[in-house]
Amino acid sequence: MISKSSSPVISPNVGPQIPTGDSGDVDLTDYVYDSKVEGNIIFTRVDAAINWMRKNSLWPMPMGLACCAIELMATASSRFDISRFGAEVMRFSPRQADVMIVSGTVTYKMALAVKRVWDQMPEPKWCIAMGACASSGGMYRSYATLQGIDRLIPVDVYISGCPPRPEALIDGLMKLQDKIGSEKSLMGLKADPEEKAVKGLEISR
Amino acid sequence: MSELVKKVQEHYGEYVISTKEFRGEHTVVIKNQALKAVMQYCRDHLNLEMLLDICSVDHEDVDPRFEMVYELSTLDDSKHLRIKVPISEDEEVATISDIWATADWHEREVYDMMGIKFTDHPNLKRILMWEGYPYHPLRKEFPLAGKPTDMPDVAFTGVAPMEGGPFVTSSSACDTVSAEPRAKGES
Ligand code: SF4
Repeated sequence: MISKSSSPVISPNVGPQIPTGDSGDVDLTDYVYDSKVEGNIIFTRVDAAINWMRKNSLWPMPMGLACCAIELMATASSRFDISRFGAEVMRFSPRQADVMIVSGTVTYKMALAVKRVWDQMPEPKWCIAMGACASSGGMYRSYATLQGIDRLIPVDVYISGCPPRPEALIDGLMKLQDKIGSEKSLMGLKADPEEKAVKGLEISR
Repeated sequence: MSELVKKVQEHYGEYVISTKEFRGEHTVVIKNQALKAVMQYCRDHLNLEMLLDICSVDHEDVDPRFEMVYELSTLDDSKHLRIKVPISEDEEVATISDIWATADWHEREVYDMMGIKFTDHPNLKRILMWEGYPYHPLRKEFPLAGKPTDMPDVAFTGVAPMEGGPFVTSSSACDTVSAEPRAKGES
């Protein structure tokens, strides 16, 4: 959480500095930074701190529906190792997930189940549409396939490919991290949860 | 003529519509009412113990419209026999799931995709689409792009866009050039 701006950073190596001068009535030692007791202090903005914490500990909800899920699994495995980006905690529990990775063909039979899982995820949440099928229906222009998961839930990052390589998924994850890093999280915390316009999460089918 | 076809003809001659051999594959076309008896006979007396597959064909404007296709083989895979049954649109087919348990799901799929009903089937529900979906999508008149439906809280469907692809073959074209897959811009 290092702010590179001009915010003052007090180094613990600099010992107590007592301003000289004879102000007399105020005991300045009360205000002096004590490096032994207080340790490191870093100044930053609340937004930056919250976003930093959020984006480096994304818990994905793996929504593996077809062949793309194989690449999703590969991304989590040792060769590509998505845990380098703090997103390795894939559990099949929507209530503890931050980002839903829709990887695969969404059939109409499955579509409302995906929506239901999405609805069970707590805010704040993000969605990655991985691969051609999840993004647009892919080659399945047919009666059985939903033509892109963005018809049901809001998507933050689309990844092209059939299937995308694990590197592409990691790139998509990094794009999502950039996006999270620029969010106004404090405003989101203050906002009325009913006020969907603030969060830009109006969901329509 | 193969031994198998000869025996079927001996026993059920009056129900055999035609027989055909094509590149060593033998087909017997029989009448609907004899289906079950013939199947039982094939299994019990001709050693055709395995039901490989069941399919159905929609001939659209031919009468009778549908055709059931049963693929039988011996367990050691040395002999095959194909049995076809023409079915008109309002006819039902006797289930053979009591002869081969595997026929259960095959027949459900035929029912789901083609709308052919099976008498005495133990569990004739849709298997791929959901209960309540109103169409049988593999029928020829059903558009590939689908039709809009909605069952609140269960599922909904829409119409898929067809511009710029995908590449669809024509079922009714008379030569391969016009049947060739290409973007039809339908929907
Ligand atoms: S985009 Fe390709 S690899 Fe991914 S689910 Fe669709 S068909 Fe499979």
